[in-house]
Amino acid sequence: MHRRTKEALIKQVFLGTAITSLAVLALIMIFLFMEGLPTFSFVSVKGFLTGMDWYPTDEARPDYGVLPLIGASGAVTVLSSILAIPLGVMSAVYLAEIANPRVRAVAKPVIEMLASLPSVVIGFFGMVVMAPFLQDFMGIEVGLNLFNASLMLAFMSVPTIASVSEDAIYAVPRELKEASLALGATHLETLLRVTIPAALSGIGTAVILGMSRAIGETMVVLMVAGGAAVLPTSLFDPVRPMPASIAAEMAEAPFRSNHYHALFAIAMVLFLVTLGFNILADYISHKHRQVGSASL
Amino acid sequence: MTTPATSALAPGQPVSPSVSLSVAQGRDIRRNGLEWFVFMLLRGAILIVAAALAVIVGFLVKNGISAISWEFLTEAPKNYMTEGGVWPCIVGTLLLSLGAMAVAVPLGVSSAIYLHEYARPGTLMRIIRLGVNNLAGVPSVVFGLFGLGLFVTVLKLGVSLAAGWLTLGVLCLPVVIGTAEEALRNVPATYREASLALGGTKWQTIWRVVLPSALPGILTGTILGVGRAAGETAAIMFTAAVFYTPKMPSSIFSDVMALPYHIYVLATAGTEIEKTRPIQYGTSLVLIALVLGMNLAAILLRAWLQKRHAH
Repeated sequence: MHRRTKEALIKQVFLGTAITSLAVLALIMIFLFMEGLPTFSFVSVKGFLTGMDWYPTDEARPDYGVLPLIGASGAVTVLSSILAIPLGVMSAVYLAEIANPRVRAVAKPVIEMLASLPSVVIGFFGMVVMAPFLQDFMGIEVGLNLFNASLMLAFMSVPTIASVSEDAIYAVPRELKEASLALGATHLETLLRVTIPAALSGIGTAVILGMSRAIGETMVVLMVAGGAAVLPTSLFDPVRPMPASIAAEMAEAPFRSNHYHALFAIAMVLFLVTLGFNILADYISHKHRQVGSASL
Repeated sequence: MTTPATSALAPGQPVSPSVSLSVAQGRDIRRNGLEWFVFMLLRGAILIVAAALAVIVGFLVKNGISAISWEFLTEAPKNYMTEGGVWPCIVGTLLLSLGAMAVAVPLGVSSAIYLHEYARPGTLMRIIRLGVNNLAGVPSVVFGLFGLGLFVTVLKLGVSLAAGWLTLGVLCLPVVIGTAEEALRNVPATYREASLALGGTKWQTIWRVVLPSALPGILTGTILGVGRAAGETAAIMFTAAVFYTPKMPSSIFSDVMALPYHIYVLATAGTEIEKTRPIQYGTSLVLIALVLGMNLAAILLRAWLQKRHAH
């Protein structure tokens, strides 16, 4: 074979593999829609998204309203973010700007290790340690609830938020900080008025990615959230977020039954929400990227 | 980075009211005190994160270590999973995660080669990157449903090792692509230029020069991927893992038991949840030992690589 043809061919092969990720993403979407859209032949889109009752296995009159599941997902995501964002961003600032190299060398692997803990193990910890603790010390009836699940989810999104924010803070040009210090600002003033504003888009991306991780996380909410498909009225109500419903019910839903299709439709909602979050994160990181020190 | 402003006074030094200070000095002390306080808060945040890891791991070690024995590691579950060991789960998890890497590494590394060595910045590259980033954000339970729809049902693989490999393989793809790209970035441009100057083609340069030099970095990514796949539960619960199977896997179409699914089943769905608690702790300990061991190996390998690059 001619050398140039061979080279061109090799390039095409690599391009082909690079497109795999895109193809898988497209296939995921196609499958979810293929199995999920038949749901809307037996329940309206409005009835599905705003219905308050989720009784898919009721023989006489099944109900397919997923608002309690969406509400639960929203609640655990918001609550876990309230816990995880300050912790994650503060850890990132400390690691990038204050810690000495020796502390950094230990702390960064610690964050990576926390990120790598299997979700089923964190869920297990929530069940056997946090739930009894909440029951005993706070006098709550059920330890498996919204608050417990949010706390466990926060552990899972802190590493994402911390490592992505840290990269952003670390990437702030040195001249910016030096200029601020040279003008007589303290380290703290430089940090608050120069470094963090310059890294803000990266921190925003980190927060969105962390929330996206929390909303899609399955095992923790399946094991710890309590599983009641009602809209929560207090912090300590048991809830049933979307991933928990899918994972818990898929095994018993008969193949291509209404219930099966409805679960795929929930997955569709979940997929679209996380896709939205990820596209938003990508948009922010590209749109407001700090290019050198000129654009501040 | 050193802080010129903090060197004048020790941070947080108490101010005696009897000493009269100029306005500027007073402000400096307030500034330093505030700075000290805020930095303590930041330090507190990282300590909380570290404590969370220590508490979770410490708790599992404390409660799990008594369950671990040679029999626990090498025997099959007995008596409706209320006794015996977790050997089939260990085998299943190892087979699943290694097989997933056999899918993800070739695809991921060649994707990374395209993105780093061939692609020019532009729309196509931007779209491919968007695809990779979004794939990384897809919830694992959605991967599970996708695997159920495509691999188990349409490709008729059934609930099997093969379906699990493909599902976990695509799930780990973004991790592998990310680390492989980083490994390629760390290969100095001079290596490529030297090879090209000697008359090597682009492919020869990649195959003989760039890849060998990036190999340890790619290995780091592979180890991280194994750890990720080993801990994954939601993606295998409809595609590969079963509650209990008396047989060890005999072909790629066998279903398997897996450590994470075993923990989930025993902790939530069993009839003897309290009685099997020791087995649950033991299984969790085996799983985190496996996953954290993989991560530690990857971290050490990376540290060694950085040291080598620095010379």
